Amino acid sequence: MAREGVGAEAIEKKGWLKAHRWLISRRISQIGILALFLAGTVGGVWIVKGNLASSLTLDVLPLTDPHVLLQAILAGVKPHKEAIIGVVLVVAFYMLVGGRVYCSWVCPVNMVTDAASWLRRKFGIRSTSQISRSTRYWVLGLTFLLPLITGSIVWELFNPVSMMFRGIVFGMGMAWIIILGVFVFDLFVTKEGWCGRVCPVGAFYSLVGAKSLVRVVADRRSECDDCMDCFAVCPESQVIKPALKGAGKGIGPVILSSNCTNCGRCIDVCAEEVFRFGTRFSKEKGDGINTEGSLGKKRAAEKPSANAA
Amino acid sequence: MTISKTQRKQTDVNRRQFLGTVFKTAAGVGLMGMGLGLYAKQSSKLPPQAIRPPGALPEDEFLGACIRCGLCVRDCPYEILKLGQLGDQVPTGTPYFTARTGPCEMCEDIPCIPNCPTNALDHALKDINKARMGLAVLIDHETCIAYLGLRCEVCFNICPIRGKAITLEYHHNKRSGKHALFLPIVHSDACTGCGLCEKACILEEAAIKVFPIHLAKGELGHHYRVGWKEKEKAGRSLVTPDIKHRYNLPEGVRYDLQGEGLIIEPKGGQEELPMSSNPLDTLNKGLENK
Repeated sequence: MAREGVGAEAIEKKGWLKAHRWLISRRISQIGILALFLAGTVGGVWIVKGNLASSLTLDVLPLTDPHVLLQAILAGVKPHKEAIIGVVLVVAFYMLVGGRVYCSWVCPVNMVTDAASWLRRKFGIRSTSQISRSTRYWVLGLTFLLPLITGSIVWELFNPVSMMFRGIVFGMGMAWIIILGVFVFDLFVTKEGWCGRVCPVGAFYSLVGAKSLVRVVADRRSECDDCMDCFAVCPESQVIKPALKGAGKGIGPVILSSNCTNCGRCIDVCAEEVFRFGTRFSKEKGDGINTEGSLGKKRAAEKPSANAA
Repeated sequence: MTISKTQRKQTDVNRRQFLGTVFKTAAGVGLMGMGLGLYAKQSSKLPPQAIRPPGALPEDEFLGACIRCGLCVRDCPYEILKLGQLGDQVPTGTPYFTARTGPCEMCEDIPCIPNCPTNALDHALKDINKARMGLAVLIDHETCIAYLGLRCEVCFNICPIRGKAITLEYHHNKRSGKHALFLPIVHSDACTGCGLCEKACILEEAAIKVFPIHLAKGELGHHYRVGWKEKEKAGRSLVTPDIKHRYNLPEGVRYDLQGEGLIIEPKGGQEELPMSSNPLDTLNKGLENK
């Protein structure tokens, strides 16, 4: 049986829907959030007004982006009570569900960079340019330094995240050029270049969710047959290895890296159902269930012969 | 010994690699920062026809405070506010309106302000008449039809602070010699810069326009004191003692300083002579009656 591509085996085993469950959920979430904001302008039904920087839901619930508010505070602003309530709510939410849930479940740019990643896999596009994954933290520092020096929120003049969301809700202007730039950058220049290496918004939310509760757990890691699909599909593939392959070193099965976006693609593409959503305190499955463990190993042993055939 | 040497070499290489990566990243991000900073400086100039909503902080403070959420845009019942888009001259994501197409209607409750999360629109502003979004300027006297001698007064009549922000001054029409000019005059102590006058101006291109105050308004030298105001404040002249000025005028002629000007008094308190000193007048007199 020849393998057609990343996740092909999972589709065969689990069915297309189950192999795309989290991907579809994320797209519904991303588009749904945009739709809530657009319902007012397009349909005249005002549920949420504003944008991701700051919004008001049903005229009672304020939500404010902590990254942009922090920049404003550094520029010398004293925020209002509503803004502080909004920031507290947002930070509490992401501290619970994982900071970079913002990236994979909310941010509209994710759809652009996911498309670039998909095309890279599809057409085998490789690029040699390397930007360190730690660059984003430097850029994050820059977004805080610039308001200190200039007294103005400089990052928001360029920020593709807010620009794309605002563009869709309020009018795009020429912001599509920046979005196209991000797409081309990710497609040809650097793998996962924007979200995985440069974007300070993602870096900020990484820090917010550094100790978050909801995490992906490789709690059936003994079932792993080394197909590498999860590594291929993961936008932050470096986060998987310790949890998936760390059993021998005594590392737990929880993906603890704050760079994990909780996108759940690894859960989708794994034919052996190694991963699931759990908490940072989740334990490995199969501690007492030896039969399942041995079954998994058997399956793994069958694998090479199946591939050779 | 040899092992420790290779080990040391190994760590040296690692350290070098590490420092190299750090340096490269720092340099790249530094360049990015400089680019962004320059871009920010370039794009911090608001075009004169873009007017900020009521209560907006001074422009440089505003750019540090506005988080570009667009809540003010949504809360404006007349939907006049827009957010700057990339490619506009207005800094991206910041709110503005254009007086000629959509002026501020000066709602009494100023609904655009309360939801502003950062005080970029100052919550302390409670009275819309105290807003200073800009200042109307009658910028072109050559096309304003009031200056051409026609009755217009549209800007005067549409002004929400009618009779205070714009008043009419009556002047003699020198061209026709028999008409009046009703000239609109803007007063900065009352004008909020709402732009209703600019919207209403009947010309193809408005002769009265709203500009940001720093463009519209002059500023006296700070040392400058206007004499008559100081005099009023003090209740007396501060420079020279208030003595009656004496003119060296011919006899029978005096000068009224704040009234009629030059006055020629009849000589010796008598009535003027019944006949003119000019003989021609006498000659022509008969012709008039004919």
